[in-house]
Amino acid sequence: MNTLGEALGKLFDFEVTADLLTYPFVQQALLAAAALGLVSGALAPLVVARKMSFAVHGTAELAFTGAAAALLLGASVGVGALGGAVVAALLLGLLGQRGSERDSVIGAILSFGLGVGVLLLWMNPQRTANKFSLLVGQIVGVDSADVALLTGCAVAVLVVLALVYRPLLFASVDPDVAAARGVPARVLTPLFAVLVGVATALGVYTVGALLVLALMVTPGAAAARVTASPLVATVLGVVFAEAAVLGGIVLSLAPGAPVSAFVTILSFVIYLVCRGIGNVRLKRATRPPAAA
Amino acid sequence: MEPTTETSDPPASAAAPDRHDPAVQLRGARLAYGPRPLWEGLDLDVHPGEFLAVLGPNGSGKTSLLRVLLGLQPLSSGTARIAGGPARRGSDRIGYIPQQRSVDPTLTVRGSDLVGLGLDGHHWGVGLRHRRARRQKVARALEAVEATEYARMPLGLLSGGEQQRLRVAQALVSEPDVLLCDEPLLSLDLAHQRNVSRLISRQAQQTGAAVLFVTHEINPVLPLVDRILYLVDGRFRIGTPDEVMTSAALSELYRADVEVARIGGRLVVTGTDEIDHHHVEADAS
Repeated sequence: MNTLGEALGKLFDFEVTADLLTYPFVQQALLAAAALGLVSGALAPLVVARKMSFAVHGTAELAFTGAAAALLLGASVGVGALGGAVVAALLLGLLGQRGSERDSVIGAILSFGLGVGVLLLWMNPQRTANKFSLLVGQIVGVDSADVALLTGCAVAVLVVLALVYRPLLFASVDPDVAAARGVPARVLTPLFAVLVGVATALGVYTVGALLVLALMVTPGAAAARVTASPLVATVLGVVFAEAAVLGGIVLSLAPGAPVSAFVTILSFVIYLVCRGIGNVRLKRATRPPAAA
Repeated sequence: MEPTTETSDPPASAAAPDRHDPAVQLRGARLAYGPRPLWEGLDLDVHPGEFLAVLGPNGSGKTSLLRVLLGLQPLSSGTARIAGGPARRGSDRIGYIPQQRSVDPTLTVRGSDLVGLGLDGHHWGVGLRHRRARRQKVARALEAVEATEYARMPLGLLSGGEQQRLRVAQALVSEPDVLLCDEPLLSLDLAHQRNVSRLISRQAQQTGAAVLFVTHEINPVLPLVDRILYLVDGRFRIGTPDEVMTSAALSELYRADVEVARIGGRLVVTGTDEIDHHHVEADAS
């Protein structure tokens, strides 16, 4: 209790925060987080519209497996996470095309990947702090090479998303007519899964594999509560994700607490507020059936 | 390309002059999954402004016919042409109206978005160019179906009838030559069935689009129908409602005793359900 009290006391110690913000490793972490927030916020409304929360979770577990493998082999954790997430996304995209079995396919792959990841970590003779951070996130480890990889991936995801955005939105919100109009869902579904996979792998750096849903799903779910416009939902998704990830890092600095805790709490608070607003909005928008 | 001299020549097409290509043209069309054809030897011309109802029991290939015209399903043999060109995937010449489905109230899509996607949703990119022209087209389409009032509400909060009105606008916004409707009245109540089917017919006539209307229930659209394509178990019959919806014609199609009675402007068909059941049993044995 005492340590918690102390930590919370430090939460509002702005001097410490301001001091820490001058350190290059903090600035790099914030840069990486901003790139992540931009990508995950832009993807989140589509993730929600396509009901892919569980798929994001499954992808994140395999990003963790990839990162654990990279750690053991002495390779870049970022590249490992990317590899794991992309393999997961392709597996989910190819095996789970039929909606009816998607759920169980994800469950099977997710648990296997997590198990392999745990085995890889156990085989690793390194100190444990690094291992734990793969799951729940840590910003100290981000160096300039990582920032370059992160921003490069973020830009690539955003460019591809811009190219396929319209047919992807069409297939997500109106699948029957989109199929009739020739939108190639069989290409777009795995492609979107890969975009989500890359974004998820980026999340392993900051919030960690377990809590990446806080950035890939929650901002989109919150936005969907307060607007029905796809464009506004995307803008809000980015704003919410940035607020959660940047705010979470800044708040975590002074107490030295885990970043992911603050990111997820902020994200959840935003969601709750939007739900509240949304309930009022939906009630007001629902008219008596006679008005049809 | 031999012209057919079946009983299928449409009296209604006398109104539509021959200066245009038919909106839909099938010649010797055959579709089979495996050895047994869904239908074969199908010759069909549907002219601009014509309303063709496609009837038949489940599994008779009604929806497959739409998929052929949408370019999603190749014919086993024969040709399918839309407005003079071959049927192809993603054609701007076709509008499509699906069944009404329930939509999650928090799905981020409004009626105006739906109509906009009907215009250019199958194109790549974000769609930042030509926004003004796009907005005007969407606004006109919404006005034409009297849906402007609720076009900015979440789709999931609208009634089934309102959603289907938006579907009509979505299908017609690109000014297609053919309107393909796949059971658009299913799950609507009677009043909405009548409204939506009239709207489809009126809009199609105004824009000169031909309508292929797949349905298992002829009565809501009976006053609007010019011709009927009736598919049963690989056989088919094309003609006006008076030619096709008779006890003799349907008995021949179903190869069993089917009775058609006209009661107060409604058609009552008896004897087909038992037949379906009988076929299933015959196939299984």
